[in-house]
Amino acid sequence: MADIRVVEGSEAVALAVKACRPDVIAAYPISPQTHIVETLARMAADGELNSEYVRVESEFSAASVVSGASAAGSRSYTASASQGLLLMTEVLYASAGMRLPFVITGVNRSISAPINIQVDHQDTISLRDTGVVQLYVESAQEAYDMHIAAFKIAEDPSIMLPVMVCMDGWVLTHSYERVEFLDSKAVDAFLPLFKPEHYLVPADPKTWGSYAEGDVLMEFKYSIHKAMIAGKPRIREIMNELATLTGRDYGGLVDAYRTGDAEVILVAMGSMAGTIKDEVDALRKEGKKVGLIRIRCYRPFPHEEIWAAAHRAKVVAVLDANVSMGSEGAVGLDVKSKLCGRPGGPMVLDFIAGLGGREVNSTAVRTIVDCAERLLSANAPPAEAVWIDLNPALVP
Amino acid sequence: MKITLGAVVQGGTSLNYKTGSWRDQRPEIDSERCTQCGTCKEVCPDDAVRHVGARYEIDYDFCKGCGICAHECSALAIRMNNEEK
Repeated sequence: MADIRVVEGSEAVALAVKACRPDVIAAYPISPQTHIVETLARMAADGELNSEYVRVESEFSAASVVSGASAAGSRSYTASASQGLLLMTEVLYASAGMRLPFVITGVNRSISAPINIQVDHQDTISLRDTGVVQLYVESAQEAYDMHIAAFKIAEDPSIMLPVMVCMDGWVLTHSYERVEFLDSKAVDAFLPLFKPEHYLVPADPKTWGSYAEGDVLMEFKYSIHKAMIAGKPRIREIMNELATLTGRDYGGLVDAYRTGDAEVILVAMGSMAGTIKDEVDALRKEGKKVGLIRIRCYRPFPHEEIWAAAHRAKVVAVLDANVSMGSEGAVGLDVKSKLCGRPGGPMVLDFIAGLGGREVNSTAVRTIVDCAERLLSANAPPAEAVWIDLNPALVP
Repeated sequence: MKITLGAVVQGGTSLNYKTGSWRDQRPEIDSERCTQCGTCKEVCPDDAVRHVGARYEIDYDFCKGCGICAHECSALAIRMNNEEK
């Protein structure tokens, strides 16, 4: 019989990591990620989990430990959030460059200052250029499934990059949901042992990430980019393979919801997609042709899937739970880069929404759809992103 | 240089880079004053001081001329001179 339980999202992640049998786990607690690593620490201490659990004094060290462990041929895992993810940044660039395939849970939380512990995507979006594969999930079940996929994606010989599973803090980590678990034999069959091409051996010393002058640096960087781009079909295959095993298909690199005949398409990532899907259903009942593209794999960016789902729409409204100060939201810029300028492409609008835990509720979704329709009919895309629910009276 | 996965190469390749060419100050050990305490070897950040027989010698292939050895030498046996090339 299937193992189905109601668990906290963090516990679902810890159980997924446990099922993947990591050799080394190193982490430093930070809200709202703490329950994940606390659960793993307890499992390791109780002998339920045969992993070396390394306690460290910072996230920089946590990332460094899993990086070194991975170079030594160990399947490795860490998790963090917000400031902790930023403190890992330098190590993450180096780890991607050294092609070390560990898995990180990036629990989404706002970035200081002002300090705030609620959800937005500024932290993981800030890591989009590191060379780390980024997956964004909508539910605890999807978080469970994607952590198992993440190790397989990371360790695939054609990819060999760290993979970050991004999940919304509190909303997903601290809510209790029905989660269906795989049995350990099924996970073992899906996820073979990690056998890297190179690993650290004292008798045969090697250097990772050696010095590279300008005559080869671009080629090294291009090879990371190429692994990402060429890895897209492989990521899709791995997701399909897992979907066959679990019976849960989230749609590959993007989850296209009612986009077939949609005139207005919203684009979002993470848990806010649940609310948006409900609102899409409500608007459809009122006769509005609305759909949603939920980006599941943000790096590498799924240009082809987005074009396929959105090119027939009249207007695409991107909800960015982040902002690149002085420009727009990062996801909006990515979507524009591939949808704009192609003949017949839709108008693309960027909306900044949900920073610091401000709820993106059904009213906010409706406001965005109305605004997108209005800007479309006026043929007047604004010069700047539209900040949803911003109270100008509070801005000095 | 071959483009390898993760820029993984055989260890010890830094021996091929003669970083001593960066030096503009050249440490010179006065063997009369030297007390063989070994501090210079301990503090050298580039491991460019060799203990050869009863003498300490600078490996000029790798000494970048930072001057830490001269600064730390309690016998004042190391002088930094302008490098001339």
